[in-house]
Amino acid sequence: MTTTVNPPTPEQQQGIGTRLRHGREAIAQRWHDAPRWVRWAALVALIAFFYALPNKEFYQYLGPIPTTGSNFTQVLFTVSIYVLLAVGLNIVVGFAGLLDLGYFGFFAVGAYTVAVLTSPSSNLKTLWPWLLVVPIAIALTMVSGVMLGTPTLRLRGDYLALVTLGFAEMIRIAAVSSDFLKGQRGFNQIPHPPGKYADGKPFFGVLDARPYYWLVLTLIILVVIGVRNLTHSRVGRAWISIREDEDAAQLMGVPTFKFKLWAFASGAAIAGLAGALFAGKQNFVNSQNFELLNSIIILAAVILGGSGNIVGAIVGGGLVAYMIERFRGIELFGVELYEYRFLFFGLVLVVMMIFRPQGLIPNRRRAAEFKDRRKEVIVGE
Amino acid sequence: MLLEIDDVSLLYGRIQALHGISLTVGEGEIVALIGANGAGKSTTMRAISGIRPIASGAIRFEGEDISKLRADLRVRRGLCQAPEGRGIFPGMTVLENLDMGAYTRRDRAGIAQDLNRVLELFPRLAERRKQAGGTLSGGEQQMLAVGRALMSRPKLLLLDEPSMGLAPMLIQQIFSIITEINEQGTTILLVEQNAQQALARAHRAYVLETGRIVKSGTGAELLHDPSVKEAYLGVA
Ligand SMILES: Nc1ncnc2c1ncn2[C@@H]1O[C@H](COP(=O)(O)OP(=O)(O)O)[C@@H](O)[C@H]1O
Ligand SMILES: [Mg+2]
Repeated sequence: MTTTVNPPTPEQQQGIGTRLRHGREAIAQRWHDAPRWVRWAALVALIAFFYALPNKEFYQYLGPIPTTGSNFTQVLFTVSIYVLLAVGLNIVVGFAGLLDLGYFGFFAVGAYTVAVLTSPSSNLKTLWPWLLVVPIAIALTMVSGVMLGTPTLRLRGDYLALVTLGFAEMIRIAAVSSDFLKGQRGFNQIPHPPGKYADGKPFFGVLDARPYYWLVLTLIILVVIGVRNLTHSRVGRAWISIREDEDAAQLMGVPTFKFKLWAFASGAAIAGLAGALFAGKQNFVNSQNFELLNSIIILAAVILGGSGNIVGAIVGGGLVAYMIERFRGIELFGVELYEYRFLFFGLVLVVMMIFRPQGLIPNRRRAAEFKDRRKEVIVGE
Repeated sequence: MLLEIDDVSLLYGRIQALHGISLTVGEGEIVALIGANGAGKSTTMRAISGIRPIASGAIRFEGEDISKLRADLRVRRGLCQAPEGRGIFPGMTVLENLDMGAYTRRDRAGIAQDLNRVLELFPRLAERRKQAGGTLSGGEQQMLAVGRALMSRPKLLLLDEPSMGLAPMLIQQIFSIITEINEQGTTILLVEQNAQQALARAHRAYVLETGRIVKSGTGAELLHDPSVKEAYLGVA
């Protein structure tokens, strides 16, 4: 059965929020009503824009958008990694409704797998090429996801949140203190992805971040296509049913545990891929790359964007990562705005929770679910 | 017997909610399970559906012990429940909700046929097929829950308080539909606080009190039983 647009329901209260929502709905409606070719053209233009973005010849005309405090191309790479992570976490939190507080832990597993198997600093001295290790990194993150999920996803409630939080912290501590993972000293000379220009210069070099950004952008597009197909399949229906009412899903014959594990492990795999890309670009990986707060930032991004919606996750991930970087080099009362970044996101999240819990670009279903839950609260009083 | 519950006990942590209950449901019957609030009716339903493990005893469906079977596999065997409080998917449309009812099935033609049947049984749902489940009225949600359960084409339909919170007219309507579904060949185990209606419609019934079956008989027998009358029918 295909999804269809609901007729907009008449709203009793008229606040700014309501009017904003109507505005957004009007845009969404116009988007849906537009002919197919217009939508395709717009999408192609948007994608072309993002491919062109890291070129100085292009972004110099974009006014205040390019960052001032750091190299814009590098920033774009960081932002693209966050977008990929947000798309992955959105499967876990947004589609299946599982609260994963340690998502960045899987990113770390991916990055460290690459580091350990490719770097000359590693005790293993395997020195494998990057491309060979990427599938291993993805597989290993997936396995760690399954190992973490198998005991916890059978239980209801907040166990998963606690266990994932613990997992990320465990990985971080292992990274800081174990000799195998090299702590602060880290791994250097991690090889780059393969590929050469016609003149023999490597495509993926040290200085130019653009090729890495393009690679991640391409992978984001592929992952989004995959995720979209998945959500329109039986798997997606199962995830949504679990998120909306797990008991009811079970009563309809959905093997809930299996699908939760699937969501959790696919999300983990995407984080593993992101970690492997990060390691391949950075050349150097150490324990400082994996602070706990990163998990929270990605979660905040997904919620901000509108969890359960792929576009929302992309916008949220992009916006959050970009804002953080945009704050660099801007001073307010003699302090770099960057120092206030967590205060800022805390505030944004609180404001969002109050006025727009469904996120900036919510999923239509999610909006109905939130309404439903609000009703429950009122009835329960 | 289609369903046999044999000396089943169930615990919520240290609280024992069911104390060795036994009941049976035969092919083609409507069996009612009545009792006060908190007696353990929904708990019994959860045990049958498998969303709560039982502590002891056995649940047999078509002669086979299903006590240890996963909930989703029980649905595949032909057990489907419309849960208490409806449990519909609020963000899915009416049609998507009904489609979820057929989640375990692959026979497209059969599903389409059953969809038509459900929409015929509940014309209100047909009118609102594109509307999000969460925006339906209480009565409509109740119908959706029953319709959705029917979409699995169950051998045994479990209904947990389908009349809860409905206006008297709608209660009448939902009970007639229950009878109709039964006459079309579906066996029904019906949990109700609305004892009057349930006993009038049921072939047989059980009375549950604090996790124990205290009485059983045909619907008519219990309807005229003085103690049942006093406790559940509001007449002295
Ligand atoms: N999830 C639960 N955890 C603990 N106790 C529960 C739970 N659900 C129900 N109970 C208890 O089990 C008993 C039976 O509840 P229930 O089966 O819902 O009754 P009924 O459906 O007949 O109203 C009640 O005492 C109730 O408080
Ligand atoms: Mg109950």
